[in-house]
Amino acid sequence: METFASALTDTTWSPYTVGIGIGILSWLSFLISGKPIATSTTFARAGGMIEQMIRGEKAKQRPYYEKIKLLINWQWMLVIGVVIGSFISASISGDFQVGVWVPSLWSSAFGDNALLRVFVAVIGGILLGFGARFAGGCTSGHGISGTLQLAVSSWISAIFFFVGGIITAHIIFFVIA
Amino acid sequence: MKESEKEVSAKTKNAVESEDKRNLFYGLGFGIVFGFLLHKGGATKYDVIVAQLLLTDFTVLQIMLSAVATGMVGVYFMKSMGWIKLSIKSGSVGMNVLGASIFGVGFAVLGYCPGTIAGAVGNGYLDAITGGLAGIVLGTWIFAIMYPNLKDGILKKGYFGDLTLPGLLKVNDWMVVAPAVTLIVLVLFWIESAGL
Repeated sequence: METFASALTDTTWSPYTVGIGIGILSWLSFLISGKPIATSTTFARAGGMIEQMIRGEKAKQRPYYEKIKLLINWQWMLVIGVVIGSFISASISGDFQVGVWVPSLWSSAFGDNALLRVFVAVIGGILLGFGARFAGGCTSGHGISGTLQLAVSSWISAIFFFVGGIITAHIIFFVIA
Repeated sequence: MKESEKEVSAKTKNAVESEDKRNLFYGLGFGIVFGFLLHKGGATKYDVIVAQLLLTDFTVLQIMLSAVATGMVGVYFMKSMGWIKLSIKSGSVGMNVLGASIFGVGFAVLGYCPGTIAGAVGNGYLDAITGGLAGIVLGTWIFAIMYPNLKDGILKKGYFGDLTLPGLLKVNDWMVVAPAVTLIVLVLFWIESAGL
């Protein structure tokens, strides 16, 4: 039988173990912090903070930044935590990737040119960041936390995240490739 | 303001600040567990996320659906006990159909989403650390610039507010939670039995 310690060093767990774990985490997050797990506003705050560093206090006057407030808050720390948590899991399971610029599924269709992959990642990121703020949430805020609260906005969003994603992925891999 | 009143208000202010500071640590802790689980699920990897969108690997959906079913039961239980309040995002057709579709396109092109890219960064993927992060921040910034022109137009189109499914159907919460959880479990069984 597997011990607890050896489970921690496994690279992957059953998706159900992971999902139930995230579900329980969402209970604790509501109970202890009074907040649902979400991430995408943090990227908008980061953008505003960068603009503030470059342009000074004027950046804060953008109506959107006045609305979301440019500060390091609970969600900011959560996103930092995700980086750390993933790093810990990857490190102790020997799965930390060194020097990987091109994911293997991408290279199977488009080759291993790092510059091309990074360029496409920038384009994808712009659409993702823009869309997340347009929709008012992302795969965690709408897709998990919102749907589990049975929010109408979140169920519609989650469905269209996947509709848009599934169609686009098929175009990328079966039409363009 | 009297001296004593000043002291009291300073004390409450300190209390609020330390409460906030404590909450920042909780946020960090929740994030660490979330990131750890995302990595264990394989959701910090482009290959796993895009394979889901290509419908060749259903790991991402299995994680999300089991999280939603588990979360829903507990959160609605805690709500019925009066321990917590829900935090419902308001929405509109413009936001949640158009915005989410744009997000979906980006999701497939990038191969990560905002939560999983933080995980991909921790996992060491360099396309995520460089182009992906930069792109997402840039995209939110473009939104911030366009926001004054969007907020009273497309973002308000088909506005329905912070509606929940039980609220929409005007039924008791559990009349929706029970069938929703049942449906999710059935879908998960169906995915398993189809060998996806």
